[in-house]
Amino acid sequence: MSLDNQTIQKKLVDTFGLDIIEFHESHDILTFEINSKKNHEIIKFLKEDKDLNFNFLTDVCGVHFPDYEKNRQFAVVYHLHNWYKNVRIRIKCFTSTDNPNVDSVVDLYKSANWQERETYDFYGIKFNNHPQMKRILNMDEMESFPLRKEFPMEDQGRTDKDDRFFGRIPNNC
Amino acid sequence: MSDLLLTPENRFQKQIEERLKKDGVELSVLNLGPTHPATHGIFQNILLMDGETILDGEGTVGYIHRAFEKIAENRPFYQINVLTDRLNYCSSPINNTGWWMTVEKALGIEIPKRVQYLRVIIMELARIADHIICSSVMGVDTGALTGFLYVMQYREKIYEIYEEICGARLTTNMGRIGGFEREWSETAWRKIDEFLNEFPGVWSEFENMLSRNRIFMDRTIGAGAVPAEMAMSYGFTGPNLRAAGIDYDVRVAQPYCSYEDFDFDVPVGQNGDCYDRFCVRNAEVWESMKIIRQAIAKMPEGPYHADVPEYYLPPKEDVYQNMEALIYHFKIVMGEIPVPNTEVYHAVEGGNGELGFYLITNGSRVPYRLHFRRPCFIYYQAFNEIVKGRSLSDAIITLSSMNVIAGELDC
Repeated sequence: MSLDNQTIQKKLVDTFGLDIIEFHESHDILTFEINSKKNHEIIKFLKEDKDLNFNFLTDVCGVHFPDYEKNRQFAVVYHLHNWYKNVRIRIKCFTSTDNPNVDSVVDLYKSANWQERETYDFYGIKFNNHPQMKRILNMDEMESFPLRKEFPMEDQGRTDKDDRFFGRIPNNC
Repeated sequence: MSDLLLTPENRFQKQIEERLKKDGVELSVLNLGPTHPATHGIFQNILLMDGETILDGEGTVGYIHRAFEKIAENRPFYQINVLTDRLNYCSSPINNTGWWMTVEKALGIEIPKRVQYLRVIIMELARIADHIICSSVMGVDTGALTGFLYVMQYREKIYEIYEEICGARLTTNMGRIGGFEREWSETAWRKIDEFLNEFPGVWSEFENMLSRNRIFMDRTIGAGAVPAEMAMSYGFTGPNLRAAGIDYDVRVAQPYCSYEDFDFDVPVGQNGDCYDRFCVRNAEVWESMKIIRQAIAKMPEGPYHADVPEYYLPPKEDVYQNMEALIYHFKIVMGEIPVPNTEVYHAVEGGNGELGFYLITNGSRVPYRLHFRRPCFIYYQAFNEIVKGRSLSDAIITLSSMNVIAGELDC
């Protein structure tokens, strides 16, 4: 029996009610937002429920939305995949800008370990209960979080490179 | 503070002192990498050793981190292709094509059948090139250099085909939004034919040399075994996963580029050890050749790119004489192409696993966010658990059999 998006949505709404909102399909992948306090509980349910059975964590990454309101400027995006029925879903978990943190899912999927470290490294989103919450690609001494939108890509003081005419001025993207 | 947050050197120093006090055994710390001939790339493993046995280890990655995701947020779509080349640089055309398909999905572009078949051919050639390197390097790491040098000539032939198609060899930057930059030349087709005629003989010779070779089998069977459950939990994809016995292949699970038109098998192993990984890759090379032959035989007529003037550069002669072409040329080069507000995840079966692109656009000329799902980065984290308790020589062969490519690891 195949698993369609309506079934997943119904099951989630029945179980978690208003903790899961904003269901929509984006290029065939069911996407929804979850309450950041309950991300571990919800992902555990998605993994262990015998109908849903999302056995594979494809991807974890962060996104920064500086234009959103203060309590939802950072998002952690999970892509889960059910291999048996070949269904993917995308889960977004928004967290605040003051102390961005969500619970780690390393105990459910070991592959989350480095991916959560990478997310922390680039966005400063802390993952609670992670066994080794430190930077991974950048050096440990670094203080800023380079993929946040306010972090400049290049040294803005450089004068040897003037390519305004090719569209590369600060804040144009 | 948890011990794991310390630098590995400090953490291991504590263990060495404790062990010395306990039973007088002197442990040592071995720095495998960052540049070591056996690591095939720039990444470091700091290992705590008891003689030849590895007790603990920690991988430190990031030595060639180039902030691709940050750069991508500041570049128009067609300029991001050069970044994808440098992920898994052993099979750049797969990365390139994966990126174009992501953009095409976001823009909603329909791709002609012929372009899809051409892409399949080039991607399968890239997969062969990738597997040639990995399998032959496994030979090198077990002491057989001959096979490596022998099959490397044929990787060279694949590079000549790339060169004929796009002008570049390693970092190919191949294709455009909607198709290829030019029609494939006669020479390219001739070279593909030559390759398909010569390579099977060479590859079976190579396989015969190693796959029933006593020394090779003793070194690889049982070394670095990853059971299926563990592989799944650690996010393994690609040949490494299939070696553990799970037949997940993106080409079959979610066919892209008309892979559903071709008849091929997904080889799987049993134990997920180095030998199984080697065999799965070798079998995949045969499957890839099968796919290329089918694609050539069924090759449809048609254009080599989609009819999308807003995204596909017009021929240069037209730019000088035709108003519309000039406008499109200007808009594309200046990165002024219209992009809808959307969110896409597209995955392709890369040389070593599911290569995914997660793209968020907000209508501007650059991606709002682009995340690369690099298979290496995800499965390499299992390395320490795999080698714990094994000997150093097992660790080396495990590393090369996992096909960890530094460019993809660090992104």
